[in-house]
Amino acid sequence: MPLDQTFAGRTWPPTETYLVGREKIREFARAIGATDAEYHDPEAARAIGYPDVVAPPTFPVAITMAASRQVVNDPALGLDYSRVVHGDQRFAYTRPMVAGDAVVCVNSVDEIITRGGHWFLTIRTEVRTEAGDPVVTVWSKLVQRGEEH
Amino acid sequence: MNEILEPQTFRVTRADLVRYAGASGDFNPIHWSDRVATGVGLPGVIAHGMFTMALVGRAVTAWAGAPDTVREFSVRFARPVPVPDTDEGTEVVVTATVKEVTEDGDTRLALTATCNGDKVLSLAQALVRKR
Repeated sequence: MPLDQTFAGRTWPPTETYLVGREKIREFARAIGATDAEYHDPEAARAIGYPDVVAPPTFPVAITMAASRQVVNDPALGLDYSRVVHGDQRFAYTRPMVAGDAVVCVNSVDEIITRGGHWFLTIRTEVRTEAGDPVVTVWSKLVQRGEEH
Repeated sequence: MNEILEPQTFRVTRADLVRYAGASGDFNPIHWSDRVATGVGLPGVIAHGMFTMALVGRAVTAWAGAPDTVREFSVRFARPVPVPDTDEGTEVVVTATVKEVTEDGDTRLALTATCNGDKVLSLAQALVRKR
């Protein structure tokens, strides 16, 4: 199914605030087997200059993937999620996310291209504090595989 | 320059995928149902790409010496990581080469991840600032 290429360049309103919880960071760190003290122990995090436990580098995707449903679930886009695989993933960090952060996500579609029967959708999500301070920028490229594949 | 860092090996079992699904909120059935995975042409249940990236992230922070050192981190998911329903699961091996030390003192790592000898990531790199 073709995607609506007029979605490229569009930016959506900020998502509702997500409150980053200490136990969520610990749960995520346990799930990936990350035992570093800064992910689990607020004192260890304070010792390296953070107010609470620090999130592992890929943790923000747990927030941005949910936020990007704003884009991918829009029926007008025409995405067939059952044919979607994850193509590329990129993070550019201003600072690590920490427990207690209240963040909002601003989604934009950077690019929609088609090649070899496949469609490539790149979503950029700016994760900011409620006050507007940048935390991390997350790019996710989703590939909708062609019918013949 | 082009220093090669000690490879890091991670074992991945079905239980890890279930735990990651819960922690990340990614409940796509291709990560827990053989029926659904084979139905869409996959060899069987595959690991979340973001789980593989998280393991690579563990290797990166281990090399860099602290969890908050990562400034940029990017991967391309080249092949899936099939995870058989066995106690052993499968193994992902992560390697890194130091490609560059920037004027700011950051280190650029070129990363690879393999499973059963296949490259599962391409164009993977991280920019880290050693503490």
